[in-house]
Amino acid sequence: MNAELVHGLLYIVASVFFVLGLKMLSSPTTARRGNILSAIGMLIAVATTLAAMEQVRWVWLVAAVGVGASVGALAARLVKMTSMPQMVGLFNGFGGLASMLVGWAQYHGAWAAEADIHGFIRVAIFLTILIGGVTFSGSLVAYGKLSGTIPGRPVLYKGQNFVNAIILTAAVAVGILFSMQEAGRPSAIGPTGAYLLLIGIVVLAFVLGVLSTIPIGGADMPVVICLLNSYSGLAACAAGFVIGNNVLIVSGSLVGASGIILTRIMCKAMNRSLANVLFSGFGSTVATKAAGYKGEAKPIGPEDAYLIVEAASNVVFAPGYGMAAAQAQHAVRELAEMIEDNGAEVRYCIHPVAGRMPGHMNVLLAEANVPYEQLVEPQDVNPNMEMVDVAIVIGANDVVNPAAREDENSPLWGMPIIDVDRARTCIVLKRSLNPGFAGVDNPLFFKENTRMLFGDAKATITALVAEFKG
Amino acid sequence: MSGPWRCLLIGTAKSKELIVELNAATMSLLLFVFVLAMFLGVELIRKVPSQLHTPLMSGSNAISGITIVGALLALGHETTGATVIVLASLAVAFATINVVGGYLVTDRMLGMFKSKDRTPDKEGRRQ
Repeated sequence: MNAELVHGLLYIVASVFFVLGLKMLSSPTTARRGNILSAIGMLIAVATTLAAMEQVRWVWLVAAVGVGASVGALAARLVKMTSMPQMVGLFNGFGGLASMLVGWAQYHGAWAAEADIHGFIRVAIFLTILIGGVTFSGSLVAYGKLSGTIPGRPVLYKGQNFVNAIILTAAVAVGILFSMQEAGRPSAIGPTGAYLLLIGIVVLAFVLGVLSTIPIGGADMPVVICLLNSYSGLAACAAGFVIGNNVLIVSGSLVGASGIILTRIMCKAMNRSLANVLFSGFGSTVATKAAGYKGEAKPIGPEDAYLIVEAASNVVFAPGYGMAAAQAQHAVRELAEMIEDNGAEVRYCIHPVAGRMPGHMNVLLAEANVPYEQLVEPQDVNPNMEMVDVAIVIGANDVVNPAAREDENSPLWGMPIIDVDRARTCIVLKRSLNPGFAGVDNPLFFKENTRMLFGDAKATITALVAEFKG
Repeated sequence: MSGPWRCLLIGTAKSKELIVELNAATMSLLLFVFVLAMFLGVELIRKVPSQLHTPLMSGSNAISGITIVGALLALGHETTGATVIVLASLAVAFATINVVGGYLVTDRMLGMFKSKDRTPDKEGRRQ
């Protein structure tokens, strides 16, 4: 058997491992083994590649892998579960950058050797660099917004979409020009000109990534992270076309598809189109249309809250980003256990867009040792919400805002929410009456059956736990 | 150094074909794989429950580090010059961050998901 065939077969084996790994992610019981399987697939792919290399530049290889592996391992070990969205955002960016550099390195090699590059591959190089570059700079902005280094609110200016459209058009135009530069044919701009076109694509991609991400507000970050996740896969996929390697194409497509599906789920959970998320600057001051929800919020203290919760036999927690921000997940689990010991049923109802990335709340609660059977979705709880004695909202706002059902003029109108207002009593833990990230007022706070428990979520929950103990 | 940049064509760097020989059959085969893999991806991911979406994202992030294969091939090509070595080494480093960090953090997260009857000691904050 010739070596090339063996390598090809091994790449197929690696792809199968990736597919099986993702398949096993469909259940929490098999997910961990699936991840290990996927990692083995990666090991096979890398080992095969090393075996196929004409020459191994060990110094460079060891240095690059050493640095990458140490940074990756440290980050994976040290990152707090609350910071997971920024970390995934940053990693998306690194993936995009790596693919972009692959496209660039391949082009430079061929360019320096004055080799003829097929038009198909030129197009692939262009797409690798464009998608990879947008992923990288866009992810850096998303990282900045999520970690608070730059303001999370949308940055808007007049004619923004127009400017972005111009830059995208320019990038595509340069890309088309670049793709037409065949070495065999005399060209007006020559090899240097062709290389400059490539640099132009790099620059335009970076600019486009930044400008298309800054108008998107903090609460819409789950969608952006999903989209960038998809892009990082598509960039790897495009790199696969550059080197004509199917394992890159297959795995890149799997990741690309994954990001697209998650993006769709997030948009659906907010009842908004992707275009609306990307271009509308949702959550800027414009969206805050006069309050208009009149009524009196009824504040209570931990003692009164204890009396309500103590008498309940069916309790639902609705956590949001505020729980993550206050690092309250362990305290919440402790409280939930006390309520359970008191004979009540406890569930955690998690909205798909709660937190700053899909599934964020689930991971936080899993970290706090909440068994995954207790983590349920809105459609599991909403039909029987009348049977719920107490719904405890912890740092969630828009995902429990009944204006989505009741007020046609609300920006949230039509968004599927957790109907905590239909529970017998609803206790809202919040710092103040300020509106959430979307800047929309919440009539829930003024409902007859709502009690407001003001203060830091963690401190409040700890006080409630103390009441149970005392 | 002159000579064709061979590894642009097919998976392994030892391929003897030239870039210019990339023919319609190869191109359509690559596109064929791409389209089918997209459909496969959609079917696979649709079955992932929402509580596992964060590990799904970090895990798929690790998979997108597969671009390391392209980076290694560029680094290991015999005609590679200094610029390519630097670009490729950077690509290897960033892709490795993705692969190593992605798989490790996914494993760490998935280790936290426990069923009710297997809940460990109450104070247990595993790493």
